[in-house]
Amino acid sequence: MLAPMKREDIEHLASLARIKLSEAEKGSLEKELSSIVDYVSVVSDIAGNEADTTPVVGVRHNVFRADEITNEPDQYTEDIIAEMPSSDGRWLKVKKILKTE
Amino acid sequence: MDTVTELRNKYQSGEVTPSAVVTSVLKTIKEKDVDINAFLDVYDDAITEAKIADELYQKGEAADKPLLGIPVALKNNILIKGKKVTGASKILENYTAVYDATIVKKLKAAGAIIVGATNLDEFAMGGSTENSAFGPTKNPLDTKRVPGGSSGGSAAAVAMGAVPVAIGTDTGGSIRQPASYCGVVGFKPTYGAVSRYGLMAMGSSLDQAGPLTNTVADAELVHNVMAGLDNLDGTTITDDTYPSLPTKDKYTFGVPRNFLAEGVDSDVLETFEQHLADLKAAGHEIKEIDLPLFAKGLAAYYIVMPAEVSSNLARYDGIRYGLSEEGDDLLGVYENTRAEGFGKEVKRRILLGTHVLSSGYYDAYYGKAELARKKMREELATVFKEVDFIVTPTAPTPAFKIGENEDPLSMYAQDIFTVPVNLTGVPALSFPMGNVEREEKSLPVGVQYIGPHGGDARLFEIGKIIYDVRKKLD
Repeated sequence: MLAPMKREDIEHLASLARIKLSEAEKGSLEKELSSIVDYVSVVSDIAGNEADTTPVVGVRHNVFRADEITNEPDQYTEDIIAEMPSSDGRWLKVKKILKTE
Repeated sequence: MDTVTELRNKYQSGEVTPSAVVTSVLKTIKEKDVDINAFLDVYDDAITEAKIADELYQKGEAADKPLLGIPVALKNNILIKGKKVTGASKILENYTAVYDATIVKKLKAAGAIIVGATNLDEFAMGGSTENSAFGPTKNPLDTKRVPGGSSGGSAAAVAMGAVPVAIGTDTGGSIRQPASYCGVVGFKPTYGAVSRYGLMAMGSSLDQAGPLTNTVADAELVHNVMAGLDNLDGTTITDDTYPSLPTKDKYTFGVPRNFLAEGVDSDVLETFEQHLADLKAAGHEIKEIDLPLFAKGLAAYYIVMPAEVSSNLARYDGIRYGLSEEGDDLLGVYENTRAEGFGKEVKRRILLGTHVLSSGYYDAYYGKAELARKKMREELATVFKEVDFIVTPTAPTPAFKIGENEDPLSMYAQDIFTVPVNLTGVPALSFPMGNVEREEKSLPVGVQYIGPHGGDARLFEIGKIIYDVRKKLD
C-alpha cells in the first residue's frame, strides 16, 4: 500500500537518529522497516479526529517539592565522574563543537 | 524452592536462617546457570545482608519487614547502587549505577536480599532474551528453547528454582509472556501503580515493573511492597485514583473469541477451553465479548513503543557515561558510539520510531496510534461494565526454539494478547493453565486475566483462588 522504504530513507533516518550504519545493515533495515511500516499502517483505518491526541494512559499530575537541597554536597559527584568516558578533574571532556576556521 | 510465605515461616520458627538459604541460592546459581545463563551478575556480598537478617529474626524484629531474608533477583535494567547495570547492552557494558531505583529502595527496606541481576533482551526489546548482548538465556524446562522475553532471565531464574522472586519489567508483555513460557506467575500492574524511577526507560507510557514468582500470593506480597505514590515519578497513582472494586464470590469472565480465532496453536486453544470449562464448573460465568480494536493493538503498539524508544534512547550518546567510541568530531562520537553500542533490534526500533515521529508522518502514525489507544480504552470501559475480567491465553504458542523466529514481525506476533494491556494501562496476571507437548517435551502455557484500572487486588484474589489452590493440590 505505501511506497516501500528506499536506501536514502534509511540513510536519512540513521542520520536523524545519530547511528552510523554499515551497508549490510542498511540493506536489511530497508526490507524490515518496509514490512513493519506496512503492517502498522492498519491504524489508519481507525476513524476519528486526528488532532485529538491527548494522552490517554495514566493520570498525570505535577509534583511539587520544596526548593531545598536534599543531598549532601558532592554526595554523588565522584560516582558520576567515575562513569564519564573522558574527564579532567571535575570536568567532563567532549570534542570541540564549533569549528574555528 | 519454597514460596516467600513458606520461607518466612521457616525463618520465624528458626527452622532455617536467611544466610543458609542465601548460601544455597548462590550455590544453585553457580551450578545451574552455566547451562541457562539467566544471570548476568551474582552478588556474593548478599551473604553479609543475610547475616543481618539472621540477627533480626533472632531478636524478633522482623515484623515490619515483610520480605526479610527473601532472596530476590533483579532484571538488569533496574538500577541498584554500586552494581553493574547494563540493560544487556554493549553501550552500558561497564556502567555502575549511582543510585537505587525506587522499587529497589522499597525491596531493600522490606528486607529483601538482592542476590543477582538477570538477563534480558537488550533494553527490554524483544520476546525471547536472544537480543541480549551477553548471550541468550535458555528455558530451564527445555534448553533448546527460549525462556521468552524480555524478562527471560527473571522467568528462568524462578523456573530453575534459584530464587522464589525475580523482578521484571513489562512494556508489551515482557513479564507475562516469559512467565507463560517458563511456567511461573507474572504480574503487570495498573500503569502508575509502581514507580518507574530508576528503570531504564523504554516506552515511558507503557513500562511497569512487576514480580515473577511461583504463586499468586507471592506476587501479591512483592507487588504490594513495590507499589505506591512516588514523588520522583509523576505518573504514579494512589489507592483511590481508581474506584475500588469489591471482591465477589462469583465473577464474570469475558472471552474475546473473535480475537482468538487466528494464529493460536490448536492445543493452546484446547488448554484454554479446558480452563474456561473449569472456571464455569467453579461457578463463574463465561461471557463472549467483542473487542474489535484489540486486534489492531499490535499495530498501534509498534508505533507508540518505537516512538518512545527513539526518544528515550537518545541519552546513550557516549558523552556522560557508558561506551564511547572515537570520532572525528562530536557528531562522529555519537554516530560511532551508537553504531558500536546498540544491537540489531534496538537500531531497528530507534529507526522505526524516528520514522513515525518525523514530520509528514507524525499525524498518520503516531497521532493515529494514540487515537487507537484512546478508542481501545473506551472499548475496554464498555466491556468492563459487563464483565469482571477478560481472559485470553497469555501467548499464542508455548516457548519456541532458539533461532526459530528470525523475522521481526513473527516475533512481534507473540505479543498479540499482551500489548493491548499496556496500551490501555490496565493490570493483568499470567499464571500456568496447563501443558502442551512439543517434540516429546511437556511445555507450560499461561492464561492471562485482565482487570479494569485499579483492579490489581481483585486479580490477586481470583488468582489465589484459581491457581494457588490448584497448585497446592497437585
